Amino acid sequence: MVEIRWHSRAGQGAVTGAKGLGSVVATTGKQVQAYALYGSAKRGAAMNAYNRIDDEPITNQETKMYPDYVFVIDPAMAFSDDITKNDKPDTQYIITTHLSKEDLIAEIPALHDKAERVHVVDCMQISLDTIGRAMPNTPILGAFMKVSKMYDLDFFLENMKKVLSKFPQKIIDANMEAITRAYNEVN
Amino acid sequence: MAKEFELNEVEVWDGNYAASQALRQAQIDVVAAYPITPSTPIVEGYGAYVANGYVDGEFVMVESEHAAMSGCVGAAAAGGRVATATSSQGFALMSEVLYQASGMRLPIVLTVVNRALASPLNVRGDHSDMYMGRDSGWIQIDAFDAQEAYDLPLCAFRIGENHAVRLPVMVHQDGFTTSHKAQNVYPLKDAIAYKFVGDFVPVDEMLDFTRPVTHGAQTEEDWHYEHKAKQHKALMDSPAVIDEVFADFKELTGREYKRVESYMMEDAEVALVLLGSSVHTAVLAAKQLREEEGIKVGVVAPRCFRPFPYDLIRDALDKPSLKAVCCMDKSSPGGAMGALFNEVSAAAYSTNARPMMTNYIYGLGGRDFSVDEAKRIMKEQKAHADAGHITTNIQQFSGLRGPKLGFYEIRRS
Repeated sequence: MVEIRWHSRAGQGAVTGAKGLGSVVATTGKQVQAYALYGSAKRGAAMNAYNRIDDEPITNQETKMYPDYVFVIDPAMAFSDDITKNDKPDTQYIITTHLSKEDLIAEIPALHDKAERVHVVDCMQISLDTIGRAMPNTPILGAFMKVSKMYDLDFFLENMKKVLSKFPQKIIDANMEAITRAYNEVN
Repeated sequence: MAKEFELNEVEVWDGNYAASQALRQAQIDVVAAYPITPSTPIVEGYGAYVANGYVDGEFVMVESEHAAMSGCVGAAAAGGRVATATSSQGFALMSEVLYQASGMRLPIVLTVVNRALASPLNVRGDHSDMYMGRDSGWIQIDAFDAQEAYDLPLCAFRIGENHAVRLPVMVHQDGFTTSHKAQNVYPLKDAIAYKFVGDFVPVDEMLDFTRPVTHGAQTEEDWHYEHKAKQHKALMDSPAVIDEVFADFKELTGREYKRVESYMMEDAEVALVLLGSSVHTAVLAAKQLREEEGIKVGVVAPRCFRPFPYDLIRDALDKPSLKAVCCMDKSSPGGAMGALFNEVSAAAYSTNARPMMTNYIYGLGGRDFSVDEAKRIMKEQKAHADAGHITTNIQQFSGLRGPKLGFYEIRRS
């Protein structure tokens, strides 16, 4: 079982991202869950989204999890949210930030003893450059593919295209570029 | 002619979308609806299917849930296949008309996304609205996850519209936990799903002008009682049809549903009885506890909340090994023991096993129910079994902050 917790603001596409990831993973014969816990359900409010991925049917319906991966897709939430909640010894953190990894970790005491498990990528700048607005949900998945080695980049891109098929070609292309850049730039 | 909707063998759908797809495939004549969280996406999705040519029927936007169910009653009496969706306050506002629908024997399907009732205002899932429907004369079937939220509405049309039943049917799912959680769902192709549901065959339809009939007549002490007794008998007799529809559905899909779902009860010493999405979590906890500590735990879950499966609950609990049973109610009991506790205890009392019965209130307003908490409660039941008497209050509260709350103690040893 792989469990992922997203830290996001409502409107940044965490739910869409979690469902998109679930849809790609389900095409490979795996079982998935994608869900969210909203606070005040207003645009800009802090919220969590979640994924579970397993080879067997997933029966656990509790919201809380001990995540294998934590995605922080809003840069400020690395500072304001309890991102290390229910941390395991091998929990990996993928955080969107314009800071270097060292500078970010220096600012967040909870990450001081987890430096080797922290990965940074600037999904905000990447999505501004490619999609044209701050939409960090798809680039974070590119970074996740690099860190987790779950699927080859090309395989993931092909399947993500199908998930996004209701959008105009221009938007699909921009998302593919964003995912690829984040895959290459995460460290 | 409605367009076919292209579906993959496996889709990643949440419970709301799954239910809306099932409603679309049933090719309903009239949906009259008013939106409310968390069931809104069901009718929102259905409205999109109508607008995009995937449905031939009518979608009526009304001014309230009372009007929504009134519209359903009118359309069903006129002689059409009818459905709608609601939650919580909307369900409460519908409640007057729910009794009209069942008393008039109209086979409406209502998909209910369970949500807490105010006050305090709360949009999350508990079973307050589902419990509110228990005396309304409707059949109530409970889906525990998104796949079931797709499967069971298809079954509901078949059950309610059967001329031996002629009763409205609610299909429940848990707000957010099921309605907003996407998972793998294996849908049927449109033609196969519709063939399973079958064509609607009306009874005494008002639009048959060659044979005028009256619906919703007044009866006083002369006939009211006989009507209600007949309605009750129809509910009590409906299990034969429910079981037949579930058997047909299993043959079509391989997915098996029973009026009472029973897990690992063959040798169980202790058991939890509960409803909804928590059933899955409890079964997972029971499996882990069997492996980790060798405690023989089972889980019993009424799939069919109404008619209450008194017979199958007894079958599930009448095990010589069974010593302690905890019934878990996800609805504020309002000055009583939980309703599930009362009903299951009454059934268990007429068994030979006659286990010790306790009650937990849990999950109100969407409070998370964890595997760890399920295990703790199971271990507590084991302590009752080992001691030979109930070692706690009979009614307790799970996951409640603040001072521990409990009521009543055992009086027999």
